[in-house]
Amino acid sequence: MKANSNGSIFHPDTRVPLKWISLGFGLLGMGWMVAVSLGSLVPSAFSLILSFLLMTLGVVGYAVYLYAFVQPGIRNNQNIPSSLGSRGWLAWILALILTGFYVILYWFPAMLGLGDAENRGLVALFDPLSFALKGQKASQWFVYGSLYTLAILLFGIKFIWKYRHSRYQQFRTLSVIFFQLAFAFLLPELMLGLNLPYNDFKNMWPLNYYFFDGWHIEELLKAGNIGWLMLVWGILMIVLVSPVLTYLYGKRWYCSWVCGCGGLAETAGDPFRHLSDKSVGAWKLERWMIYSILVLCVLMTAGVLYSYQSGQARMLGLDTAWLRSSYGFVIGAAFSGVIGVGFYPLLGSRVWCRFGCPMAAILGIQQKYLSRFRITTNGGQCISCGNCSTYCEMGIDVRAYAQRGQDIVRASCVGCGICSAVCPRGVLRLENGSLDLFDRAQKARNED
Amino acid sequence: MAHICILGNGIAGVTAARHIRKLSEHRITLISGEASYFFSRTALMYVYMGHMAWKDLEPYPRTFWQDNRIEILYDMVAAVDFEEKKMILASGRSVHYDQLILATGSVPVRPEWPGQNLRGVGKLYHKQDLEALESWTPQVRQAVIAGGGLIGIELAEMLHSRGKEVSLLIREPAYWAGVLPMPEANLVSRHILRQGIDLRQGHQVREIKSHDGERVSSIVTQDGSEIDCQYLGITIGVRPNIDLFQNSPLEMDRGILVDSFLRTNLPDVYAIGDCAQLKNPRPGRRSVEAVWYTGRMMGKTVAKTICGHSEEYDPGIWFNSAKFFDLEYQVYGQVSPVDPPSIASLYWQHPNEEKSIRICYDKASQEVTGFNLMGIRFRQEICDRWISQKANLKEVLSSVRLAFFDPEFYRDHAPQLIRAAREQTGLDVQLTRPWTLNAVLQFMKK
Ligand SMILES: Cc1cc2nc3c(=O)[nH]c(=O)nc-3n(C[C@H](O)[C@H](O)[C@H](O)COP(=O)(O)OP(=O)(O)OC[C@H]3O[C@@H](n4cnc5c(N)ncnc54)[C@H](O)[C@@H]3O)c2cc1C
Ligand code: SF4
Ligand code: SF4
Repeated sequence: MKANSNGSIFHPDTRVPLKWISLGFGLLGMGWMVAVSLGSLVPSAFSLILSFLLMTLGVVGYAVYLYAFVQPGIRNNQNIPSSLGSRGWLAWILALILTGFYVILYWFPAMLGLGDAENRGLVALFDPLSFALKGQKASQWFVYGSLYTLAILLFGIKFIWKYRHSRYQQFRTLSVIFFQLAFAFLLPELMLGLNLPYNDFKNMWPLNYYFFDGWHIEELLKAGNIGWLMLVWGILMIVLVSPVLTYLYGKRWYCSWVCGCGGLAETAGDPFRHLSDKSVGAWKLERWMIYSILVLCVLMTAGVLYSYQSGQARMLGLDTAWLRSSYGFVIGAAFSGVIGVGFYPLLGSRVWCRFGCPMAAILGIQQKYLSRFRITTNGGQCISCGNCSTYCEMGIDVRAYAQRGQDIVRASCVGCGICSAVCPRGVLRLENGSLDLFDRAQKARNED
Repeated sequence: MAHICILGNGIAGVTAARHIRKLSEHRITLISGEASYFFSRTALMYVYMGHMAWKDLEPYPRTFWQDNRIEILYDMVAAVDFEEKKMILASGRSVHYDQLILATGSVPVRPEWPGQNLRGVGKLYHKQDLEALESWTPQVRQAVIAGGGLIGIELAEMLHSRGKEVSLLIREPAYWAGVLPMPEANLVSRHILRQGIDLRQGHQVREIKSHDGERVSSIVTQDGSEIDCQYLGITIGVRPNIDLFQNSPLEMDRGILVDSFLRTNLPDVYAIGDCAQLKNPRPGRRSVEAVWYTGRMMGKTVAKTICGHSEEYDPGIWFNSAKFFDLEYQVYGQVSPVDPPSIASLYWQHPNEEKSIRICYDKASQEVTGFNLMGIRFRQEICDRWISQKANLKEVLSSVRLAFFDPEFYRDHAPQLIRAAREQTGLDVQLTRPWTLNAVLQFMKK
C-alpha cells in the first residue's frame, strides 16, 4: 500500500482560488470608489451599495479563505516572511496609499469632490447615505467616518473569526464594533439630522481635544438642555467614569474595548501588530513623547479656555489660537491620522496610541499607579519563546517579565489580551485585584 | 577573580552566566558552536511557521552580553583537557579556565535504520537542523515524522502549516501514551487527526528508501506498508550530549554524573541542564530531566554554589506544559500513564470540547499528588501549594476555582468537575470560593 491519505478534504492548494477571488472583489470595490472619485463613474446610491458589497465580499471571503478550513487556533502562519507583514514592497505601497488618502482628506478635500453647493466624485457618492441619516449632503468627514466604520466592522468580523476560540477577544471586538457603529457613527449623525449638536458620547478630552474649544462650548450651550447634558457628561467622563473604570479594569476598558482609534488598530491593524518596536530605546522615546504631548495638550486646552473666559488672545505670551491650530495640525491630523494609520504597515498598528495619544498618557499613569489591573504570570511555565513580545502591539517586551515570573504592570498596556492568546504555554492572564495594589509591579514572585 | 567558562549557551548555561554576574565579579566566558547569541530552542518551530523572525527568539538584546561583561565565544570545543584545565577549540585556540560548567545540552537519538544519511532525512534540535529543513522544504510535498514525542508533534505541525501532507508514525497505541494516561492520549490523538494529519499509531519505520541513492523517496513501516515522502523527520527522543567527554576522567552514565550541588567527580567542573544526570534524584523524579525549566533552575543553583553561597539543587514540585497543535497541556506534580496502586485519580472530560481535568490523590490519605490538564490552564502557584502542603482532595475540589487560569470569560467547568467527583469518589463537595484574584492572593499569603 502506498498512500498519504491526508484526512483533510481541503488541501491547502484547493482553496487558493478563493484567496484571489476575494482579493479581486475587494480591489474591485475599492477600484469602483476610485473610479467615482476620478469622475469616470457617476456617483449614485447603486454605486455606493455595490462598492460596499464588493468590499464586504472581499474581506469576508478572505477571512473564509484564511480560517474556515482550519481548526480554531493561533494562525500567524507565514506572517513574518510575507511582504505585507515584514515591511516589504506591498507594505510600502499600502502605506503610501493610506498616507496619501489622509493628506488629501485633511488638506485637499476638494480633490475628493467636496463642493460648496454640490458635491462631486467620492463625497457625492456618500450623499445618499448622508441624506438618509441626517437629511444633509455629505462632507469629507462623513466619507471618512463611513469608511472608518466599515473597516472596523469588516476587519472586526475577520478578527472575531480568527479568534473564535477566545471569548475575551470576541467580546472585546464586538464591543469596539458596537461603539464605533452606534456611538461614533450613527448616533452623532442622527442627532445632526435632528438639529442637535454633533456629539460622540464615548469620546473624551484629551483625545477629543476640541471639547473645551470656545466654539464647541457655545454650540453645546446653545443647544439647551441636551447640550448641557453633553457638556456635563463630557466632564463626568473625565473626572469620574474614566478614573473609576480604569481603577477597576485598567486602561483597556477604553483603549481596546471602546476607543475608535483602538478599534481600528485592533481590527484593520491586526495584521501589523508585530511591527511595533520592542527595543528599550523605543520605550524611552515613547515615554518622552507621550508625556510631552500630554503637557502640550493640557497647555493648549488651558490657553483656549483662558482666552474664552477672559477674551485675551494670549496666555503667558503665547497666542492661544495659534497654539490650538498648531496642535490640531501637528498632533490631531498629521500624527494621529497620517502617521498613526498611514504607517500601520511600517511601524505597527498602535503608533499613535503608544507615542502620541494624550488620553492614553493619562490612563497609563493611572494604570501604573492606581489600578487593580495587571497581567499575571503563571509561575515558572514560561519557555521564553517570545510570541508574547512579538505580538504585543504596544511594543512591550512581555517575555522579559514573564520569564522572571513577574507581573506586568506597564502604563502603555492596552489590555488587548493578544499576548495571553498567543502564548503557547498558558503563561499570561489579564487580571484585576485590589489586594496588592502597590507592590504588584515590584513583585517578582519567581525570580529566576 | 576566577575565569569561569561555560560550555553551552542554552538556557542552563545562560542562566548560570547571568546569576554568576549578579553575584560576583568573576570573568565569564560563554561558549557555543551553534549560535553566537542565546536563543529559545523551544521556539524554533515558530520561525519555520513564520510566526516570528530569528531575532524574536533571542530573549536578550545583543548588547546585553557586553553590558554584563559576559564574553561570547562562537566556536566548537574540540576537546577538554581536564588535567591542564583548558579547552581546545575547533579553530585551534585553547582557552584556560579556573572553573568549568558543562551545559552541552542534548543530541537527538539516532536509530539503527539504514539510509539515514540521505538528503531529506532530518531531525529537530539545533539551529542547523532548522536551516536544513528550510532548504529542503521547496522540494517537499509529503513528509513523514517518525516518533511521537514532544518534538515530533512540533515538526508535524510545522510542516502541516506549510501545506505539506504529513504522516506521523508513533510506536504507542495513542499519542505520548508512555507519559499521558490513556484518555488524555486519545484526546490528543483525535486532535491530531482532526487537524488533517495522517496519524499512524502502533507504527514504526523499518527502512528508508531512495530512488536515486541521494534523496529520501519513501519509508517502509514494520508492517510492510510504504509511504512516499521527500522529508523524513526522526524524532525518537534525545540523549545527553556527552560524546566529547567519552575518553576522559569525567564520570558518566547516560549523562554527566553530578551530586546534589551539581558537581562532577572532577574538581572545579560542574554540569547542568540536559547533559547532567543526577546521582541521587528526589523521590519520584528522573535522573535526567531534559526540559527548559530544570535547565534554568540548575543554572541558578550552580551560580550560587560557584559564588560561595552553596545551595543544593531543589527542583521543587514537577511541572511541565506543551501545546499539541492547538491543544494546550499542563501538568503539576506526579501523573502516571497508569495510576500506581496507592494512587487514584479523578477524571473529568468535557462531553464535546477538547478539555479535561485529572486530579491524582493518595487513596489512603486523600492527599492530592498531581494535576493533568488538557485544554484548560491552571495556576502553578496554587497547584504547587496544594501538592507541597499535602492538601486533601475535598479541600482542593471545594476551592478548585482558585487554580483556574484561563483567560477572562472562560467557561467555568467547576460544577461539572464537582459532579464528576461526586460520582467517582462519593465525596460530598460544595464549591466554596468564587473566583477572584484577591482570593488567590489571600490564599497565597497564608
Ligand atoms: C524543538 C524543541 C522544542 C522544545 N520544547 C520544549 C518545551 O516546550 N518545554 C521544555 O521544557 N523543553 C523543551 N525543549 C527542551 C529544551 O529546549 C531543552 O531542555 C533545553 O534547551 C536544554 O537546555 P541546555 O542549556 O541544557 O542545552 P542546549 O539548549 O542544548 O544548549 C547547549 C548548547 O551547547 C552547544 N554545544 C554543545 N557541545 C558543544 C561543543 N563541544 N562546542 C561548542 N558548543 C557546544 C550546543 O550547540 C548548544 O548550543 C525543546 C527542545 C526542542 C529541540
Ligand atoms: S502586554 Fe499584552 S495585553 Fe498589553 S498591550 Fe501588549 S499584548 Fe496587549
Ligand atoms: S509567549 Fe508565553 S511562553 Fe512564550 S515568552 Fe511569552 S510568556 Fe513565555
